[in-house]
Parts: sequence; structure tokens; C-alpha cells
Amino acid sequence: MSFLLVQALSGLATAATLFLVSSGLTIVFGVTRIVNFAHGSFYMVGAYAGWSLIERFGATPAGFWGSVAAAALAMGVLGAAMEIGLLRRLYRSPELFQLLGTFGVVLVVQDLTAWAWGPEDLLGRRAPGLKGSIDILDQPFPLYDLVLIGLGPLVLGLLWLLFNRTRWGTLVRAATQDREMTSALGVDPARLFTGVLFLGCALAGLGGALQVPREAVTLQMDMAIVVEAFVVVVVGGMGSLTGAFLASLLIGQLQAFGILVFPQITLVIVFLFMAVVLVLRPHGLLGRAEEVPPTAPAAVTVPLSAGRHAGLWALALLAVLAAAPLAVGDYALILLTEVVILALFAASLHLLIGLGGLVSFGHAAWFGLGAYGSALLVKHLGAPMPLALAGAPVLAGLGALVAGWFCVRRSGLYFAMLTLAFAQIVWSVAFQWYAVTGGDNGILGVWPSGWAAGKAAYYWLTLALCGGALGLLRRAAFAPFGYALRAGRDSGLRAESVGIDVRRFQWMAFVLAGSAAGLAGGLYAFAKGSVFPTLLAVPQSVDALVMVLMGGLQTVAGPLAGAAVFHLLESEVMSLTDWWRLVLGLIVVALVLVFPKGIVGFLSGLRSSFNGRRA
Amino acid sequence: MKHRHPTASPLAQVLRPAALFAAVSVAACVAAISAGPAAAQSTAQSAAEPAKFTGAPVRVGEINSYTGLPAFTIPYRQGWQLALEEINAQGGVIGCCELQVVSRDDAGKPDDAVRVAQELVTNEAVDVLAGTYFSHIGLAVADFAARNKVPFVAAEPLTDAITWSKGNRYTFRLRPSTYMQAAMLVEEAAKLPAKRWATVAPNYEYGQSAVSWFKQLLKEKRPDVEFVAEQWPAQGKLEAGPTVQALAAAKPDAIFNVTFGADLAKFVREGEGRGLFRNRKVVSLLTGEPEYLEPMKDEAPEGWIVTGYPWEQIDTPAHKAFVAAYTARFKDSPKAGSIVGYITMKAVAAAITKAKSANAEPIVDALAGLTIDSPVGPVTFRASDHQATMGAYVGTTTIKDGRGTMKDWHYADGANYLPPDDAARKMRPAE
Repeated sequence: MSFLLVQALSGLATAATLFLVSSGLTIVFGVTRIVNFAHGSFYMVGAYAGWSLIERFGATPAGFWGSVAAAALAMGVLGAAMEIGLLRRLYRSPELFQLLGTFGVVLVVQDLTAWAWGPEDLLGRRAPGLKGSIDILDQPFPLYDLVLIGLGPLVLGLLWLLFNRTRWGTLVRAATQDREMTSALGVDPARLFTGVLFLGCALAGLGGALQVPREAVTLQMDMAIVVEAFVVVVVGGMGSLTGAFLASLLIGQLQAFGILVFPQITLVIVFLFMAVVLVLRPHGLLGRAEEVPPTAPAAVTVPLSAGRHAGLWALALLAVLAAAPLAVGDYALILLTEVVILALFAASLHLLIGLGGLVSFGHAAWFGLGAYGSALLVKHLGAPMPLALAGAPVLAGLGALVAGWFCVRRSGLYFAMLTLAFAQIVWSVAFQWYAVTGGDNGILGVWPSGWAAGKAAYYWLTLALCGGALGLLRRAAFAPFGYALRAGRDSGLRAESVGIDVRRFQWMAFVLAGSAAGLAGGLYAFAKGSVFPTLLAVPQSVDALVMVLMGGLQTVAGPLAGAAVFHLLESEVMSLTDWWRLVLGLIVVALVLVFPKGIVGFLSGLRSSFNGRRA
Repeated sequence: MKHRHPTASPLAQVLRPAALFAAVSVAACVAAISAGPAAAQSTAQSAAEPAKFTGAPVRVGEINSYTGLPAFTIPYRQGWQLALEEINAQGGVIGCCELQVVSRDDAGKPDDAVRVAQELVTNEAVDVLAGTYFSHIGLAVADFAARNKVPFVAAEPLTDAITWSKGNRYTFRLRPSTYMQAAMLVEEAAKLPAKRWATVAPNYEYGQSAVSWFKQLLKEKRPDVEFVAEQWPAQGKLEAGPTVQALAAAKPDAIFNVTFGADLAKFVREGEGRGLFRNRKVVSLLTGEPEYLEPMKDEAPEGWIVTGYPWEQIDTPAHKAFVAAYTARFKDSPKAGSIVGYITMKAVAAAITKAKSANAEPIVDALAGLTIDSPVGPVTFRASDHQATMGAYVGTTTIKDGRGTMKDWHYADGANYLPPDDAARKMRPAE
């Protein structure tokens, strides 16, 4: 009995940290609608700043708590600076573009933190006066954890007072409910948003600094927390503080008791929980229904006609690419092979985002399933390459068929997070099922058949298959199917009223996108010779999003350009410098600031202004 | 809606940001390339007087997770850099040729590592591949090496598969494997009176094979032990409080720990706070390595039986010379990674010199059975399974002058903890 009580208390201490971080995220999201991918970075830098201050001043209780507060404030200032310097310039862009911008910030912060504090883990001082433990029913329990448990509700209470008993809080709530109306009534949204970013990032910094006495400060803290914080926000209901609190409590308890029943469950329990909650409750535990799905890129318009000479341009590009093996070396061919594969991967995601208005955070699931489909056929059935390649889109399509049925019943960020949950579930299966998938050590020896073993031969094969698949995707975009998807994206109600079954079309699009990504995955497996669970993991999904956004949502050629630019940039910068994340991050931020419509959007703007001149 | 700059033409509106973007990107690239220790430029020249080389340089392609795990890979890089400088100052390899290293980051992803390996082989014309830290990345590069017939000396990956179930002709591994280190600890664990054991290990192949070897080998020596609890936290995400409590609830006599890095620090803090280690022995893999012990400062656990690297206490002349050269060169104390990096590069150079060639097949033949003198003693790459006999230091953790270190340690020579040649050969796939 006493053991269960202490276990529950331990879960509460975990929940407190989770709540502090995710409350900041939910406030920022609720008001600004920004998917702040950099939230975890503020948590990490908050922990580092807290560590430095506590090392210097933390010998006394006043010094310790002062240091924690100072670290939190510093993160608030940094958050406000990010709002003024970056996000403010993006409020008129499609909302997803801010996600790309904050992704750039994540990369920059990772390198700058490593540069400022060094690569080694830092173990901070314990909180003075709270070093020991007390016995609760004969079980020792750390005092500091008790303080954390108290801090969670305290912060919740203070935030409640702030939002319900101050003018600023009232304005923030008004902006959360109706941004346009609030600014129409004379509230300067820019200042309000700066304040909100300050608060949100300060809370992240507070969560980070409070971890110093509990654990070592590391460079991996940012990614470890940000995904979980998103889960808490979505499970609780976006923008709902009480929901975030409830969700953190539940997740803390699930983790504490889950490991007693099934220790391996830690890999996936959070995502399983999210999937169950989202399947049962469309807006999380305490979320409100939204009239407009928050992350639907409302301003996006994919051209309705295929454009003049589009077919000719595509053929010319194909001809140039097909001739490439005559002119370039082996490594360049391999890079080109990867670019072509990733172009298909990005284009398949673009079908969902651009045409369907469905933002997926878990698209790597289908890419990885395709790769595993091929690899498993080769490894367990000794299948020849053509058969294995054919299996890739089939397995991915089947996976997408199942997951899609659940996902298309949700919209906006709830849809995005549900796709992420499915991706993480697939990932954990691949990671854990050693007998079949080889676990994290993956499957080796997935090399092409003899006739396609040459670099040029495999490149031509890739080009033919991806070119064909891209042609099909383009055909779909301009067929009645594509128009029906756009109708569902732009106005679901009107589309339904003219007899379009929006959900069914979205489900079909999900399966089509999944199969296309699966084909890309299968080709990728044979290009690399091995598959690993990393192909299914979050960073792979993020890469796909970055490629699509970089290229621009408005054109069907965008994802192709985005894939080429991102992949070539990453591989080239990586071989040039150790600080490649800094460089890549700065380039992404610069891109976002100056090409708010993406690369191809920019180019077509350029072309139309030339044409405008001539006319 | 009013435009603020009604005069600006639409063309200017799009061109201005483009120019700005180009300027920013170029500035960013230039800044980063000139600021960082640029990887591309690490084709290190010999530090001392420029030696006269008569033959063409031999090139080594080196891959590791420099941005993914800098705390472990940067000491490793300094280790091989020191070795490289020594090799070239002493006349290079084969007595005629400079040894050059082209180093690359793999971003912690196996598919990136394979691409980088390809780039090194085709664009940089490297003759040998070396490096890697994570097991899955090591396996991916090993498979690439076999496919492309390039010798590969895996420095740090610990998985048994790389030399056994997925071993291949072109791949050799330096560091003692999971099996070897578990076997070293079992020898000590079997001497303890403890009968009830609990285990805690990160939930991936390394943790799982460490625990399963430990269980199997300990039961062979001590049929009376039983394993009463196991915890499998996700790597990097240990929920310390609940995990510690769950272990304590099983009331074990002793604990076998495989967690490391930030997870280990959390586990130790929380375990001390909740009295988990009171009157319990802990046997722990890798915890004695400075990478893991030093960040914990005076909170390092005391009395744990560990494998590690007590660099400041090893007083063989060869090792003292290594420590002196390393600290003089980098103003930093060596870590376990440093000695691994150092021996890796020395082994590569010795293999090339023994082969008298920069070609793959002679180098592979030379590596099989190659013995070199290293700061930790002689190390042989076994011809049977391509595993090196580099050992580890086994001892007890303690705190001295406010920081963690090891005491009562001895060097466990890897040769004594490997299965016999025949048995090892049987575990490898037929060639």
C-alpha cells in the first residue's frame, strides 16, 4: 500500500515538470496559433542558464530560487525576442510557415548551446535545504520532489489568476477566442503576442531550471521534452490550461504504474494514450470545438490549372536527369538518387497538406513502413528486388488505410498529432520486435538485384519509378479527385452539401499519399542497403515537412524543389563544417523570412512580375 | 488597404528579399566554415617538422556522431588526432607515406552514415574506413564496407552482432563488446553473496544483450541466483523516481545497471535520495569511464563494481607517455573515448604498414591477426572473429578529492573473456 502511494507521488513529481513546460506551449498556441517547435529549446536553455546561475549563487535557498527565477525570466526575454525578430514577420504567412521558422531556431539553439556550455553533461547542485528525503509510510521520498508536486497546482493557480483577474489576461483570453475581433477592438495584437511568448517561454525556462537538482543537463533535453509537451497539450485540449494539467497528471501516473506492469512500455505509452484519447474525444479532454481547424493553411491555393507548358517542362527536366549519369560521378549519382526518392516522399506529403489541408506530423510512418516492407520481404522470404519493391507501397498503403480511417475523423493539430501517434506506435513496433524487424539494429543486406546494382542502373530505376509515381500524383491533383479534395479543404460544409463525401476523399488521399511514401521508402531501403527504425522516427517526419514548406505549398512543383534544396544543403553543409546545424538553421530562418511563399512560390512570383512588365 | 511603398515595382519586391537571402546564407556559410574546426580541413598535416614523404598518401575516412553525442566523440576525435600526428611525425605508414584522415559527422543517423561513407570512398578516395559510436550505425557502415570491399575498423560500437552474427570479412572492431564487458563483471558478481538480483537497462539492443548475457553467465557460475525485477527505461528518458521505487519494491540483494549518461546521473541521484543503494551491491557496466563518472563529481556512486578507465592511476610507461602527450596537446584529461580513438588510428596505421599496401585486400589480410602495442597493453585483432582483445579495467568506484574514480582495479585482458576461436567462428555467417 505504502509502495503504491509513493509510486503515485513519484508520478506526480513527473507530472509537475511536464505541466510547467506544456502550460507554456498551450498558452502560446492558444493565442498565437503558432506551433512552436522551439519550445523544448527554451526548456533546455533554461536548464543550462539555471545550472550556471545555481552553480554561482545557489548555495543559499534565496540564491537558489532567485537563480531559478532569473533563468525563467531570461528565457521569457529570449522568447519575446524570437517573437519580435522572427514570428511577427510571419503572421501573414500560412500558419505552418512559423513551424518551419521555429524549426530553424531549434537547429541554431542546439549548436549555440553546445558552443556556449560545452558538450559534457552538467550535473548541478541540489536545492539547499531540500537535499534529503522524508519517510512517507516508511518509504523514503525526496523532499525536492514534494516541492515540485506543490509547485504544479501553485503555477496553475497563479496562471488562473493572471488570466481571470487581470486586464492583460482578459485580453489574452479574448484573443484566444477571436483574434481578428480583438484587434478590431483596438488591442495591439503584436504587443499581446510578445507578452504571450514571454510568458510561455518563461514557463518552459522555469521547467528547465527546476530540473537542475534532479538530473544532468544535456544537449538532448530539447527533443526529449518537446514531443511530450505537444502530447500533453493535445490530450488536454489545445489552449486549455486545466486540460494540460489533467493530461500531465494522467501521463505521470500512467508512466509510474505502467513500468510496474510492463517495463518496456516506456517507449510508447505516451503515444498510445494520446491515440486512445484522440480517437475517443475529438478535441482532447477539455478542448473546445473550433470553427476553423487551427492549422489548416487557409490562405493556400494550389493552382487549379496545370499551367502552360507544365508537361513540356517536366519532360525536359526528366530528360536532363536521365542524362545525368553520363556527366557526373558516382557520389553525385547517389545524391541524385536520394533527391529523387525524397522528392516523391515530399510530394506525397504535399498531396495531404497542399490539396487536402491535412497536416501530417507522422508521414515518416509510411516511408518507413515501405522500407521495412521491402526489407522484410528480402530477409524473411528471400524475395527478389522487383517483388520486394512492389511490396513497399502495399504495406505502407495498408498501414495508411488503417491509420487513415481514424485520422481523417479529426482535423487541424489533432489530426497532425494523431498521425504522429500512429507513427510512434509503428516505430516502437519496429524498434522492439527483434525477432522480425531486428529491433534497433535494423535489417542489413537489402541490396539491389544484380541488374540494378550499378549506381547508374539503380538511379535510372529510381527515376523511372519515382517519375511515374510523381506523374500519377500530379494527375490526381488535377483530376476530379484533386478538385474534390480542394473543395473539402476550402469549405468542408459546402463540399458536403454538393454531395462530396469529404471524409472518404481525405481517407483515399491518405492512402494514396501513404503508398507513394511507401514506394519512396522501398527505393530508399535498396539505395542504402539497410533499414533502421530511424526511418520511422520523428526527425524523418520533420524533414518531410521542412522540404514541403521550403518548396512552398502553393505549387505542385514546390515539394520537388524543397526536397532537392534541403537534401543537397544538408549533405553539403554537413561535409563542410561541424557547425552544420547552425548554418542550416540560419538558412532556414533566412528562407522563411524572405521567401514566405517558399522557393517555387517565389519563382512563380518572379515570373508573373516579369510577365506583368512585358504586358 | 494602403501600400507603404507604392513606388516599389513588383519585381523589386521579390528581388530585394532574394538578394537579402543570398547575402545572409553566404555570410552564414562563411562564418561557420571559418569559425569551426572545419571537418573538411581536418586532413591533418603532421604537427612537427614537415616530414619528407616519398610515396602517395594513404587516406582514412573517419565517421562518427560528432554532433549527436559530442561528450563522447570529441575526446575520441582528440585521441585519433594525437595518434595521427605521432604516426606522421615518425615517418607515416609503410615507411614512405603520409597518413591522411578525412573526418565526417554522421548526424546520428545510419542512412546519413552510409551516404557519408559513400562520399568518402568515391569522392575522397579513402582506402580505409574507421570510427562510429552507435551500434546500429556501426552495423550499417559494416554492411556498406562488405558490399564495397573497403576495410572498416569499427572503433566504439559495442554490439556483439558486428563481429559475430553479422560479421563480415572487411569489418574489425576494437572496443571490448557487450558480451566481453558483461563477462568481466560476472566474474566479480559471482563472488558476491547476493542471491536476488534486479536489473535496469536502457531499452535497446545494447541494454538487452548486456542483461541477457549477464543473466546467462551469472547463472552458469551461480545456479542459486534468481532475477527478481527488471526495468527497461527508454534511452534518455528514464523516469528516475518510479523506476527506483519499482526496483526497491522487489527487495533485491544486488542490482545490475546498464544505464549511462544522463540516465545514470538521474538514477544515482534518485537512488541515493530514496535509499535504493543502502546495503545493496551494484554492478554496473561502463560506469567507471570518466565520460560517465566525472560529470557526477562528488555525487558519483561509491562501492559500485564497474568496468571503466582509471586513467590517472595506470602507471605503465606506455600509458604514462600517452597521458602526458594527450594532456600537453589538448589541455584536457583523457577519457575512455580518447584511448579508443588513439588505438584505432594506431591499429589502422599498423595494418597498412604490415600490408605494405593501400589496397583493401592486403589491409584486411593484415588486420586479421594483427598485434599492436598500445598504452593499455598488447592488442590483437583475432583472425577468427575480427574482435580485438583490448580489455577493460574492472574495479570499484570511490570518491577522491571530490570526484569519482576507481579503486582496487585490475586490467581484464579481453583475450580471456572471448569464446575460443572455433566457437566464435561458428557464430559468424559463412563467407
